[in-house]
Amino acid sequence: MATENAVGAEELSVNTKKMHVSDTDVAIEIVGMHKWYGEFHVLKDINLKVMRGERIVICGPSGSGKSTMIRCINRLEEHQKGKIIVDGKELTNDLKKIDEVRREVGMVFQHFNLFPHLTILENCTLAPIWVRKIPKKQAEETAMHFLKRVKIPEQAHKYPGQLSGGQQQRVAIARSLCMNPRIMLFDEPTSALDPEMIKEVLETMVGLAEEGMTMLCVTHEMGFARKVANRVIFMDQGQIVEENTPVEFFDHPRHERTKLFLSQILH
Amino acid sequence: MTQTDLSWVRTEMAQAMPAPAGERGLVAWVRKNLFASVGDTILTLLGLVLVALILPPIIDWAFVQAVWTGPDRTVCATIAQGGIQPDGWSGACWAFVNAKFGQFMFGRYPLEERWRPILVGILFVALLAPLLIPRVPHKGLNAVLFFLVLPIVAFILLVGGMFGLPHVETPLWGGLLVTLTLSFVGIVVSLPLGILLALGRRSRMPVVKTICIVFIETIRGIPLITVLFMASVMLPLFLPAGVTFDKFLRALIGVSLFAAAYMAEVVRGGLQAIPKGQYEGADSLGLSYWQKMYFIVLPQALKLVIPGIVNTFIGMFKDTSLVYIISMFDLLAIVRQNFSDASWASPQTPASGLIFAAVVFWLFCFGMSRYSMFMERRLDTGHKR
Repeated sequence: MATENAVGAEELSVNTKKMHVSDTDVAIEIVGMHKWYGEFHVLKDINLKVMRGERIVICGPSGSGKSTMIRCINRLEEHQKGKIIVDGKELTNDLKKIDEVRREVGMVFQHFNLFPHLTILENCTLAPIWVRKIPKKQAEETAMHFLKRVKIPEQAHKYPGQLSGGQQQRVAIARSLCMNPRIMLFDEPTSALDPEMIKEVLETMVGLAEEGMTMLCVTHEMGFARKVANRVIFMDQGQIVEENTPVEFFDHPRHERTKLFLSQILH
Repeated sequence: MTQTDLSWVRTEMAQAMPAPAGERGLVAWVRKNLFASVGDTILTLLGLVLVALILPPIIDWAFVQAVWTGPDRTVCATIAQGGIQPDGWSGACWAFVNAKFGQFMFGRYPLEERWRPILVGILFVALLAPLLIPRVPHKGLNAVLFFLVLPIVAFILLVGGMFGLPHVETPLWGGLLVTLTLSFVGIVVSLPLGILLALGRRSRMPVVKTICIVFIETIRGIPLITVLFMASVMLPLFLPAGVTFDKFLRALIGVSLFAAAYMAEVVRGGLQAIPKGQYEGADSLGLSYWQKMYFIVLPQALKLVIPGIVNTFIGMFKDTSLVYIISMFDLLAIVRQNFSDASWASPQTPASGLIFAAVVFWLFCFGMSRYSMFMERRLDTGHKR
């Protein structure tokens, strides 16, 4: 796996000044959550508490359920047992609650999932205008602000297909930010990118972390995890196997499975 | 052993030159495309022979020998057949089409009221043309006028019986008027209905899903003729005594529902081609189901299936001819009906009438086909994922 560690920790500069984690304000709480795909038990007894401002990196072998877990947080996947409380709202079949949660939780996908028939600017303004009911002009100003932040304001009137993978992923991040979310989920945001483009996306994510965004990030970018995460969570076979601060996690893994995993990806 | 110097430096940059004469111009094109090999040459020559055999007789019949005007059948018949043309003459009888043109367009719509369908036709074109040309602004207003106001105005004008307009019963309607009305209503109803059916068929709600599947599969499993018969003959049996509604209206409903079932399957094909990621992207932003469908999924799905949609439109346009079996006279039926007019019966009349009808049908269908290709190219942002 050549790209696993494409960007070393030393290449990302992180300013930890504002990265404040709340002691009392819980952003996400998952209690005893299970999920099945038909007969197959994909997620087993997941317990996780994320404080506001916390940055969590989730790693693990493919098929370990890490993507499924974070997709449960904005109900792209349903869980069958246990509780998920996001921003004080419990996720149930209540569609209104689900929409409320989705408004507050931004998500960035491995394959960007930009809307190819809309321009970059339209991609960024659609949800603010129709979900948040923000006037078009104001939504466009916000969109341009975030496009500047991800350093591609000049692409605003192009279509996604005309941009490179890295640019598209930065647009996807900007699109989520335009909804002014309180929590951001990243589902392997750099896995589909060419090595050269990984860094530009990671830098954008570091910028977000520096501003105190609550982030859950499924990634294999161990450099990013080391520098930015408060906690690293290791999953295998649908359960959380180990959980620790990045320094401890990488330097003194305790579970055998973690040791094996790390020995295979850190070479 | 001699020491060879491997280095070399260009002292002067080569300039671009025009391609050799054999690669440019008409001669080169002909040689490359028509006579590139022995096989090509044979095919080209065969093609030319075929054209030479077929085209001149057609031109001769349709234009050179054709009769363009005349009072009755005598201009289109040979002396032996009781006409004025020399023996052995063969040519198109456009005089027949000319004389019957009004009927072909409007059927038996009363002569003094024909300004009404003509006005509707003018309004139709005046509203459709700007709608089809992307550069013209105010598409929203234009669409409202075309899809909502025009049908009401057209209904009042064509049917009459109000605002001092004499009532014209639908059995009097005919010709292109019937063909176009059926097709227009069919198209305007079947597309949105088909979209709803397609969405319903993919719905997670079992009741909605079942209703849509039953409707689609029932209608698709029945020939259009049967649907029309049922609409015309059987429907009144199910209605309470005394309740009747217009046969033309019943045909309209039959054709629209029939086209909607086909449209639903075309649209479903498009919906299935949209990657899951598009749905998830929309979901993750908090868009509601209808917002997700309207802004994200349908624009992409419909763009993908434009050829299929237009195919259904074209099929329906031509299928409207089948209303003749419930004794309504669309363009084709009225042309055929006029073959039996004794004052125009001649050996050339049927061919001329049928070719005229074919050309009219072809013009509309070809127009739809070209416009759909134009839209495909225009909507293609050329990028996948």
